[in-house]
Amino acid sequence: MADQLIEKIPDFDKKESTVNVAEEGFIDWTSLTKPPTAKNMREALIILAVAVAIVGGSEVLVRLFNVPNYILPAPSKIFTALVESFDVIGPHILITLQELAIGYSIGAVIGIVLAAVITQIPFIEKIITPYIIILVTTPMLALVPLLVLKLGFGLEPRIVAVALAVGPMVMINSATGFRRTDMAKIALARSYGATTLQLFIKIRFPLALPMIIVGLMVGGIFGLLTAVGAEMVGGGGGLGSRLVFYSSLARMEPFFATIVIIATIGISMYVIFFLIGKKWASWEA
Amino acid sequence: MSADTANGKAKIKIDSASKVYETQSGYVHALDNFSSDIQERELVCVVGPSGCGKTTLLWALSGLHPLTSGTVYLDDVPVKGPHPEIGMIFQEANLLPWRNLIKNIEFPFEIKKLNPNDYRDRIQHLLETVGLAGFENKYPRELSGGMQQRASLVRCLSFDPSVMLMDEPFGALDAFTRDEMNLLLLKLWTENQKTIVFVTHSITEALFLADRILVMSPRPGRLTREFKVDLPRPRHLDMQMTPYFMEATKEIKDIIYASIEVEQHADG
Ligand SMILES: Nc1ncnc2c1ncn2[C@@H]1O[C@H](COP(=O)(O)OP(=O)(O)O)[C@@H](O)[C@H]1O
Ligand SMILES: [Mg+2]
Repeated sequence: MADQLIEKIPDFDKKESTVNVAEEGFIDWTSLTKPPTAKNMREALIILAVAVAIVGGSEVLVRLFNVPNYILPAPSKIFTALVESFDVIGPHILITLQELAIGYSIGAVIGIVLAAVITQIPFIEKIITPYIIILVTTPMLALVPLLVLKLGFGLEPRIVAVALAVGPMVMINSATGFRRTDMAKIALARSYGATTLQLFIKIRFPLALPMIIVGLMVGGIFGLLTAVGAEMVGGGGGLGSRLVFYSSLARMEPFFATIVIIATIGISMYVIFFLIGKKWASWEA
Repeated sequence: MSADTANGKAKIKIDSASKVYETQSGYVHALDNFSSDIQERELVCVVGPSGCGKTTLLWALSGLHPLTSGTVYLDDVPVKGPHPEIGMIFQEANLLPWRNLIKNIEFPFEIKKLNPNDYRDRIQHLLETVGLAGFENKYPRELSGGMQQRASLVRCLSFDPSVMLMDEPFGALDAFTRDEMNLLLLKLWTENQKTIVFVTHSITEALFLADRILVMSPRPGRLTREFKVDLPRPRHLDMQMTPYFMEATKEIKDIIYASIEVEQHADG
């Protein structure tokens, strides 16, 4: 490693130290937004090999030690269940995605708009922030029974729960973004005669965008957790209700298959926002 | 083109400019009764110790910050806010990091609701002059400090303002890049015929660039001396080694140190 030390000259007086996104955020999400990725083919192959070894290894271990089904079914059995019960699980995927999409959209829009507005008025921000923190830290699942009482067993209580989980998470991160004020850049735009609206669209919003994307990513993951959890608590359809159903019958293969599906949705959301971040917020890296 | 060969009409008239900042710990008197006329197409440098109110003066000229008292006139009209005839160059290149080079240059056009396509030839010519042609799609982080400041020169000149206000634009660059940028600025000034007010704390830079130097006292910033630079144009770097240059440097230094001593006596 010595050669790398010699070749790389550190930036001694980096003037405008590119403020680390996570540093100023509510919670440190660096590992999510800037994951270590493979540098070359060789690293990629090794990473892949480890993944194969873990799945294959658990297959071998489960068979070798006769691990009971109710603890962990062999990966091959989970895969078979995934294929066989897909017809049954399929409609439930759609239900969960629907709740997620609607609740997420509502929460995200409200979160971003609220963040943009309150950060312009510091006093209002001071009044509102404690409640947002309460909303962020309270598990919205706790409200589901109450929401069911009010809104019935349909999609509505879960959509509300998802929106309540997503909104504050998006808001608190977006607010961190909107709070960044680069006076030099604002002065630049003002020197060309920029209006308040132009300042917002051309300076404040782009400055906030990396944090908004972080908020959208984390909010999405929280939204998924809340949707599945609400389905487990509140009955009705959806992947969460499948989990309850399969575990009550001790059918562990489709149970784990459902978990694989939920994980796949989560990872897909993550990848989408990672790519969005790469496209729109990479100037900050 | 020096002050007396210009047509004699004041492009910028600074009339008894004073500025007092109100802070939590009291008042800061940053600029005190500063008056001077700047001729059309003149290149004036403002020098003074750090904190003496140079930036305050420049921001008042640009209309970004109001004065506490006094008035700045541009073409005989009081400056009350940002003005389309004024282009600012800041201490740092101040490029927008989320825009590539060409989008950064188009930024003033977007704000001013002008069509950059009407200025394509001008932009292209400027990019070639400063040596940035071919870098249009690069992002600021991919450009060196000198290149970034060149880009900000192009951004400023692209919409063809008649006045350029520059606040220690090359202060953060190394000495070689700085010389290079000074030569480039003189070239652009000769080609584009702008009125330039250039703030610096480097006496060498001021002497090398200016027709006239406004020397400021420490806070509250007053105009202590107007120094006319008797160096022929075009200027070249060798002139910095001439006896005249050395003597002029010493003279300006003495003016500044004298005013600092006066200040200290007044304080003590
Ligand atoms: N916004 C402000 N509020 C209070 N004091 C200020 C402000 N801007 C500048 N000052 C003070 O005014 C004085 C002149 O500042 P400035 O014009 O930036 O000086 P220079 O550019 O010559 O270094 C300094 O003492 C500075 O601390
Ligand atoms: Mg300054």
